[in-house]
Amino acid sequence: MKSLAELKAIKEKTQNDLAMRNAQNGIRIVVGMATCGIAAGARPVMNAFMDEIQKRNITHATVAMTGCIGMCRLEPIVEVIDKDGNKVTYVKMDPDKAIRVVTEHIVNGNVVTEYTIGAVQD
Amino acid sequence: MLRDISLHILDLAQNSVTAGADCIEIALRCDKENKYLTLSIKDNGCGMTAEFLASVTDPFTTSRKTRKVGMGIPFFKLACEQAGGEFQILSVVDVGTELIGSLEVENIDRLPLGDLGETMVFLISAAPDTRFVMTLESVKDVFEFDTNAIKEEIGDVPITEYEILQWIKEFVNENVQIIFGGVLNEIIG
Repeated sequence: MKSLAELKAIKEKTQNDLAMRNAQNGIRIVVGMATCGIAAGARPVMNAFMDEIQKRNITHATVAMTGCIGMCRLEPIVEVIDKDGNKVTYVKMDPDKAIRVVTEHIVNGNVVTEYTIGAVQD
Repeated sequence: MLRDISLHILDLAQNSVTAGADCIEIALRCDKENKYLTLSIKDNGCGMTAEFLASVTDPFTTSRKTRKVGMGIPFFKLACEQAGGEFQILSVVDVGTELIGSLEVENIDRLPLGDLGETMVFLISAAPDTRFVMTLESVKDVFEFDTNAIKEEIGDVPITEYEILQWIKEFVNENVQIIFGGVLNEIIG
């Protein structure tokens, strides 16, 4: 049975690496999570991003959700925005694709071209 | 269609965030006879005019600009009515909105509860400054979750930290099990 007291321990543990994380606010990963995104399966995609980033101890990327991006038929849509504001739009995502985007794009800096909107829609 | 109730909550509560609410109360209650499961989402956002309110269950009504349809509320209304329940929405401009939907517990078309812990975690990470209160109630017990109580414990650590969110997810789901285990047939009691 969990109790609020456990939060104290988590607080002390996270306080240590907090300063480091805030110092380098880098890549933003934004998952479309409106009705269309949710219906298409955006939630497991968002989960995969959060877990993978934690698992790899990546400190330069954050995951967030947003509303409808406007191309509902291509959901789940994920936008990866670097610190200069350059945006890559990934479409028809799933949890496996999310993991690949983390390893190739977030870690190594190589865009996974085959999942981008440009590759799907020409 | 959305596959479970937690996904509807994730979707509908975002309307409250968009409406500028700083407190969103989500309640799931099973009545004493265990006949109806009722979801209510209440916010103190900007509210809607009577005119907009009257048309809000029409899929071709939306306040957004990226597309011309709004399916969130019509989907949930349909999910309630298909499961032998009712849907209503009350709203007052500058006061807030409350949405109430009921579903028959034993109806074959009632959606399962889904992952409520994950829904709360996603809502909190989308709107960390918003206060979320979640109440779960059945004949077994009542559980209340309040992000303000969490924030009091963690002080200056942001509520969006992975470990904190993970804890919240497990905390909520553990209590879903306690409150609804054996009450809803998809949750073993």
